[in-house]
Amino acid sequence: MKEEIFSSGRMNPMIDPTLHIWHWHIPVYLFLGGLAAGILFFAALYHILGKENEYKTAVKIAPFLVPFILVIGLGALFLDLSHKIYFWRLYTTIRLESPMSWGAWILMFITPLSIIWCAFNIRELFPKWDWKFKVVIRLEEFLRSYKTLLAWFMLVAAVILGVYTGILFSAFNARPLWNTSILGPLFLASGLSAGAAVIFLMSRSHKEKLLFAKIDLIVIGVELFLIVHLFMGLLASTQVQIDAAMLFLGGPYTASFWIFVVILGMLIPAILEILELRGAKIPGFIPAFLVLLGSLMFRFIFTYAGQFSSWTY
Amino acid sequence: MRYAMAIDTKKCVGCSDCVVACQTENNVPIGYCRDWIVEITEGVYPELRLENRSERCNHCESSPCVRCCPTGASHYAEGGVVLVTPEKCIGCGACITSCPYDARYPHPDGYVDKCTFCLHRVKDGLKPACVSVCPTKCMYFGDLDVPNSEISKILKIRKYKTLIPEAGTKPQLYFLE
Ligand code: SF4
Ligand code: SF4
Repeated sequence: MKEEIFSSGRMNPMIDPTLHIWHWHIPVYLFLGGLAAGILFFAALYHILGKENEYKTAVKIAPFLVPFILVIGLGALFLDLSHKIYFWRLYTTIRLESPMSWGAWILMFITPLSIIWCAFNIRELFPKWDWKFKVVIRLEEFLRSYKTLLAWFMLVAAVILGVYTGILFSAFNARPLWNTSILGPLFLASGLSAGAAVIFLMSRSHKEKLLFAKIDLIVIGVELFLIVHLFMGLLASTQVQIDAAMLFLGGPYTASFWIFVVILGMLIPAILEILELRGAKIPGFIPAFLVLLGSLMFRFIFTYAGQFSSWTY
Repeated sequence: MRYAMAIDTKKCVGCSDCVVACQTENNVPIGYCRDWIVEITEGVYPELRLENRSERCNHCESSPCVRCCPTGASHYAEGGVVLVTPEKCIGCGACITSCPYDARYPHPDGYVDKCTFCLHRVKDGLKPACVSVCPTKCMYFGDLDVPNSEISKILKIRKYKTLIPEAGTKPQLYFLE
């Protein structure tokens, strides 16, 4: 028999009995970050490929959501901070070793970039738009001459942002479930599939819808592949990581993970999309909505389960 | 300079005096603690083995909390003591999540708080509150870089362990066995 107790008593709020310092804010922040990354990635990609008129929603329309998504995401992060009046300290330091610092800075870079991108396309929404001031018109013309270069920046920044939403977790070796670098590509994929789903929902063109249904299908395939590798890696590792994998393989998070993330968020939308591509009449919003829900749930479950997983000594 | 602490698990009776001394000395908010006693009982009566450990922040030499902090609020001070500067801390919780020992907590005022090895006392030539109050004198504190300091000597002659060294944090709390 072995019994371990805190004989002095210990009940630090939010730390004991199990860590619960991150609530809904962090998963919402990461989901919105991933979604913004997904939308910007496709906008930049199809601009660079010269398909902006063919895939107009992706390149010109959907990016209008991004500044709002990012601001709400940053708002969620801000709400999470418990010492809010000092939040500006994030921007007086650059700490390359700290993923939180990376996130703050990449958002600082990508938010203005997304606003510039919207400015390029504002006449798609408001055909009579007039910038009024000469300076702004000149600035827009100047930036427009570098549009493709900006698209390249946006592409790279979107990938960094997408990967960051996973790396924020994997940098913590104290939480064995998170401590695997596969979360970087996995959450990038989750963000891309959410972005593709939003473009699909907004698009009016059949051709574009078809393309993004296909993209979603491929990305879901990649996600499933990465999830298998996540578990293979954890199960082949040390005891604490085996315990972490068990949270999803019989432990308290099994049902929510497999039902919401894998079945509802990946398998069912994939099946519906395959049927749709084969010509079946399926309301397109169902798979797209499920993908978004799955992506959000993925982050919630990972945030909570990760805090549950720990070293034992 | 490398400050460290050694705790004799053979002498500790688990009285929790160190916990109360810390709460008093450091004005720890009610309901929180910076140090705590873990009592491990193994075996079946009457063959029992008991270990009492007075635990706190390990002032890790390679500390994930300092690495993860986006603002530099968590930092290494003199002698490798890990401290938090409240006026730099934004309360993001990254350091709390990154500590394998769950040694930190969010202070009700918003910033993150934890054991400081009583650096303010140590600078005045005193011992940390927990060390000086211990009725069994089971704790040793000092500079590992000084070969004949009390702590260097005790670590030379006694068998000891650190907690989860495999987490790669290089903890500086030594438990004498
Ligand atoms: S015990 Fe935790 S809080 Fe203390 S230095 Fe190590 S990682 Fe940081
Ligand atoms: S909560 Fe404070 S000390 Fe901890 S990582 Fe964030 S800013 Fe740094």
